[in-house]
Amino acid sequence: MEGAVAYESDLNLKATELRLGLPGSDEAEKEALSGVRNNKRASPDTSDECGSKGSSNGDRENAPATKAQVVGWPPIRSFRKNSFQPKKTEAEAAGMFVKVSMDGAPYLRKIDLKVYKGYPELLQALQNMFKFTIGDYSEREGYKGSEYVPTYEDKDGDWMLVGDVPWDMFMSSCKRLRIMKGSDARGLGCGA
Amino acid sequence: MNYFPDEVLEHVFDFLTSHRDRNAVSLVCKSWFKVEKWSRHRVFVGNCYAISPERLIARFPRVRALTLKGKPHFADFNLVPHDWGGFVYPWIEAMAKSNIGLEELRLKRMVVSNEGLELLARSFVNFKSLVLISCEGFTTDGLAAVAANCRFLRELDLQENEVEDRKGQWLSCFPDSCTSLVSLNFACLKGEVNLTALERLVARCPNLKSLRLNRAVPLDALQRILMLAPQLEDLGTGSYVHDPDTETYNKLISTFQKCRSIRSMSGFLEVSPLCLPAIYPICSNLTSLNLSYAPGIHGDELIKLIHHCRKLQRLWILDCIGDKGLGVVASTCKELQELRVFPSDPFGVGNAAVTEKGLVAISFGCPKLHSLLYFCQQVTNAALITVAKNCPNFTRFRLCILDATKADPVTMQPLDEGFGAIVQSCKDLRRLSLSGLLTDRVFLYIGMYAEQLEMLSIAFAGDSDKGMLYVLNGCKKLRKLEIRDSPFGNEALLTDVGKYETMRSLWMSSCEVTLGGCKVLAEKMPRINVEIINEYDQMEFGFDDRQKVDKMFLYRTLVGPRKDAPHFVWTL
Repeated sequence: MEGAVAYESDLNLKATELRLGLPGSDEAEKEALSGVRNNKRASPDTSDECGSKGSSNGDRENAPATKAQVVGWPPIRSFRKNSFQPKKTEAEAAGMFVKVSMDGAPYLRKIDLKVYKGYPELLQALQNMFKFTIGDYSEREGYKGSEYVPTYEDKDGDWMLVGDVPWDMFMSSCKRLRIMKGSDARGLGCGA
Repeated sequence: MNYFPDEVLEHVFDFLTSHRDRNAVSLVCKSWFKVEKWSRHRVFVGNCYAISPERLIARFPRVRALTLKGKPHFADFNLVPHDWGGFVYPWIEAMAKSNIGLEELRLKRMVVSNEGLELLARSFVNFKSLVLISCEGFTTDGLAAVAANCRFLRELDLQENEVEDRKGQWLSCFPDSCTSLVSLNFACLKGEVNLTALERLVARCPNLKSLRLNRAVPLDALQRILMLAPQLEDLGTGSYVHDPDTETYNKLISTFQKCRSIRSMSGFLEVSPLCLPAIYPICSNLTSLNLSYAPGIHGDELIKLIHHCRKLQRLWILDCIGDKGLGVVASTCKELQELRVFPSDPFGVGNAAVTEKGLVAISFGCPKLHSLLYFCQQVTNAALITVAKNCPNFTRFRLCILDATKADPVTMQPLDEGFGAIVQSCKDLRRLSLSGLLTDRVFLYIGMYAEQLEMLSIAFAGDSDKGMLYVLNGCKKLRKLEIRDSPFGNEALLTDVGKYETMRSLWMSSCEVTLGGCKVLAEKMPRINVEIINEYDQMEFGFDDRQKVDKMFLYRTLVGPRKDAPHFVWTL
């Protein structure tokens, strides 16, 4: 900060000046902006999207690179677009942290379930975190033969075996995880 | 040539299946024209407003199979107002009145009404095939009329239509005497179907080769249907959700093992990924697989599936397969000819799972690839140059970068060189869609090299009129040009107005073209309809020639301005 004043005369302040004017309306601004075509000006009125001024510089002020949706972009048929309901729940944005306890460990950990794409990644992460190994999952026998067994508490308060239900269903119903000693886990149900 | 009896000429012409060949033949001489006219059964009308039903019937009185296309392509993306036009009723009415022996009707982007379907069903005794793609305006009541009255119906194929589902019993309207179905596709319907009626229909149609179910058909019904139709070659599952640890699922596994003829699969409109292994035995014979409507299958599960699909020629998939998954496709599917990768989260913030890396891997692994639709996060010039070198056989190349004006992320340069490499290398390229940061230079390349190009889609590209002029001057075979949000104006539009009579249509929206420019064009070219589509500001029609035109659609026509234009469409 101290050296800033000394350099002021060398700074092209106009190029970096924040303005409310449209880019391209000032000659000097063009240089600053020409390399940054996807100028992220939030344009509230997307129906106003129009081509750039037909001048030769090619600057486009309403570049659709903003995350505001441009009509008809990306070019996907309405039928296809309407078929998908993107799950934009609050949990998506916030992260889904659940407590993880392990029998015999002195303290609990927390993990963000949303980071994992499926059971293999989750189980690998748990094994890395707590330094244990588990065997392969099978519908009939759970994690038979493993020293430890991953379980979770669901919305109803029941303790369930990790891996039985589809991943998305698990994500939405898992409240906390517990890595049980294999000897304790015998007799836990398997399959729905 | 006059000493050939007409029957011989007709027999020879029978061997000509392409419309263009038959069109060429009819220009040779009067007698050839006559013979061709009376023997033409299949007619293709690319723009329903280029000709009238009456003139079509006069020209080809023995038409039996008609294809009609209505709205401009950009209507798919909500750029054309809802009531713009494209009504099929006048066509059905005219053909019914003239006792045309219509057997097949194929419609794309048209407005179809229940009245039209009812008239169709009543008027054409030998009607066999109805294919509706991206149409709207009808309900399941119209389908019921077709089912009930078309006694020899072979094909009812509904692709991505907006159908109001009255949840009626349209499937039950197929009479017991209907045993002729070969193809039935109702995947786009949203409502319940009578499962018993469906199963009985399948049971009595021994020639059924293609069946695509909707979401309302559960997995247990699928299993029963497959038992009734082991001869199926093309299957679209409905809902593919079940608990894999059940008797039903085990039955499904053994049923699939009996279906040795299935070569094409689609559907999976909702999926339990744990049930996918049931189809592994079929995968080894599949030539076509469409998982683009299947939500929630993770990349790893897709990869496991792909490993079984060594004979695949066509693959439609979601981008959750990832670059890694595309690498597996590249090493497994050596026969791949067509690939479409759709975005699973079109408006996501940097969530698209595929980049140029996946495409490059595909280009190395799949030398037979000739048709591509690829939605991705980013693309580099280097990648496109590599793809162009590896795959010189592209006929259709559509690349959509979700961030429409994104530059090459490595060099920050426009993508001109990359697309230039594509058009230079792919000498048979007929269709091209561009995206990303693009200057006039890419159009220079297109004009120079894309000699076979017939359809070009441009969005947010170019710097000046020169860009559009390069294309209009260079691409001799151009038929359809659609442009949005690009700085092309009157000079580009008006430099060579004769060009538009060699093309089917031109769409320009949010460009620099003015009302005055459009008026000049319309005056010079009486056989071109220049439509100004102005949903807002109707009051300002015609008051200021300097006003920029929001949406312009022009097309060649033999029948002048259309009479069914809505109030917001002004034909100059």
